[in-house]
Amino acid sequence: MGQMVEIRWHGRGGQGAKTASLLLADAAFNTGKYVQGFPEYGPERMGAPITAYNRISSEKINVHSNIYEPDYVVVVDETLISSVDVTKGLKEDGAIVINSAKSPDEVRKHLKGYKGKVCTIDAGQISIDTLGKFFPNTPMLGAIVKVSGIMNEEDFLKDMEGSFKHKFATKPQVIEGNMNALKRSMQEVRGL
Amino acid sequence: MAIRERLSGNEAVANAMRQINPDVVAAFPITPSTEIPQYFSQFVANGKVDTVFVPVESEHSAMSACIGSQASGARTMTATSSCGLALMYEMLYVAASCRLPIIMSAVNRALSGPININNDHSDSMGARDSGWIQLYAETNQEAYDNFIQAVRIGEHADVRLPVMACQDGFITSHAVENIELIEDEKVKAFVGQYKPENYMLNPERPMAVGPYDTVNYYMEHKRQQAQGMINAKQVIMDVAAEFKAMTGREYGMIETYRLDDAEAAIVCIGSSAGTAKVTVDKLRAEGKKVGLLKIRVFRPFPTEEISKALTHVKAVAVMDKAEGFSAQGGPLGADVRAALYNDPFKAKIVNYIYGLGGRDVTVTSLEQVYNEMLEIAETGIVGETYRYLSVRE
Repeated sequence: MGQMVEIRWHGRGGQGAKTASLLLADAAFNTGKYVQGFPEYGPERMGAPITAYNRISSEKINVHSNIYEPDYVVVVDETLISSVDVTKGLKEDGAIVINSAKSPDEVRKHLKGYKGKVCTIDAGQISIDTLGKFFPNTPMLGAIVKVSGIMNEEDFLKDMEGSFKHKFATKPQVIEGNMNALKRSMQEVRGL
Repeated sequence: MAIRERLSGNEAVANAMRQINPDVVAAFPITPSTEIPQYFSQFVANGKVDTVFVPVESEHSAMSACIGSQASGARTMTATSSCGLALMYEMLYVAASCRLPIIMSAVNRALSGPININNDHSDSMGARDSGWIQLYAETNQEAYDNFIQAVRIGEHADVRLPVMACQDGFITSHAVENIELIEDEKVKAFVGQYKPENYMLNPERPMAVGPYDTVNYYMEHKRQQAQGMINAKQVIMDVAAEFKAMTGREYGMIETYRLDDAEAAIVCIGSSAGTAKVTVDKLRAEGKKVGLLKIRVFRPFPTEEISKALTHVKAVAVMDKAEGFSAQGGPLGADVRAALYNDPFKAKIVNYIYGLGGRDVTVTSLEQVYNEMLEIAETGIVGETYRYLSVRE
């Protein structure tokens, strides 16, 4: 139990929070871990707040509930901070990673007195620079791997390259952009 | 060597279906089982299987197509959930009474109303008297393993009944987790070729399927059908033994967890059993004698196994993810009470209704149940025997 890491994702329908949680599960699985990746389903539609979860452990995972006291929280859409209690139950020795151009100190003011680590990453800008489109989930994935240290960074990048080659077999031109998005976010995440 | 993978429960069942390569799959999409025919129809389109996929216009038609297909001698499968299962209702009874071993992946979802897409067991519990064998899975692994074993159980000459292999909607169907897949050729060898004794298109032995049955014979046919269900228990155990020899994974009618010296126990079905195991470990670490009994097979009901496993337990919480509207509890509660009635050391029993329409089942909520049972074990005072868990009143 002590070795299990629990992560909660907040995003809006269509932004890829669920996909990012499944990609993280994939990457952790490929480094030999036991994983869970699952969204919380309801009447979601484009733009509505959604939640997704990850459990990552070196031992078999038996629990089948949502996550109420996560080690890490990832916020894919900054505007959710005003409408969703994103730090609810978040462990103080954990961290929250927010997609924002602002500094961690500026964002912290809106986090209801959360005392743990606050990290920000301008995932929107990175995705526009590297992919030419607003796909913040790939940079957010890089940022949470960096912040949480749940897997070796080189192994992660190598594995993701393999996944992208497989996933984008029909459009290889986007592989490099996605890899750059991951690398840049791992370098640029603030508040470590 | 087993194949280490990570799949959702729906992907796992679709892959089992691919490996089995049935003659016919007829299905109509409904959340949360939709992905199964969706993935499977891709396997059909890509030539991974040579199954005839029949897209139909309703679940009533899906089950009707399955009945026609299986009666003609073809190994046939389907998948559904909730209102889809309800729409099949009439045909479920026809499938069972015609002794047609159709295999269904039932992905459990609340049955209306109010309309709700999330998990509980009200759909398959409503079909518990239809004559189908019912297996329930805790994990994606069990959903996969049960689906493969279901073929051998249903088709066995002593049984010849349809099988519903159930898993919890979204909780396991849409959660990606680690799984060990069996190699394709081993699955194919395990399920073997379907060799029906009777089939409609056999010119040597022409027969009618599903005609009117007269007063003179109807009851004898129902008695024979009941015998198939009685016989199923031994076949389920035999198939499980063979499956263990192939995979190392052990299955029975029930599974027990730290129950041997327990004073308080939970009896439950499906994914909550995993959460209960974590709860048991936590309470055991605090010195509390608690254990778990998980129902894997609900039909035929494991009466003797439950009675034997719970004989020393002082207080038992039976957890129903379906409201029976009997004003005294749910279907599992009624059956477990009946199983223990002739036990001279009858445990005190409380029947909880929980997890309806996706209400989350957590370690904290199950801890509350165990603590309530420990209090009963200590004081001998049962109190209310029909309770709701995690509900606002």
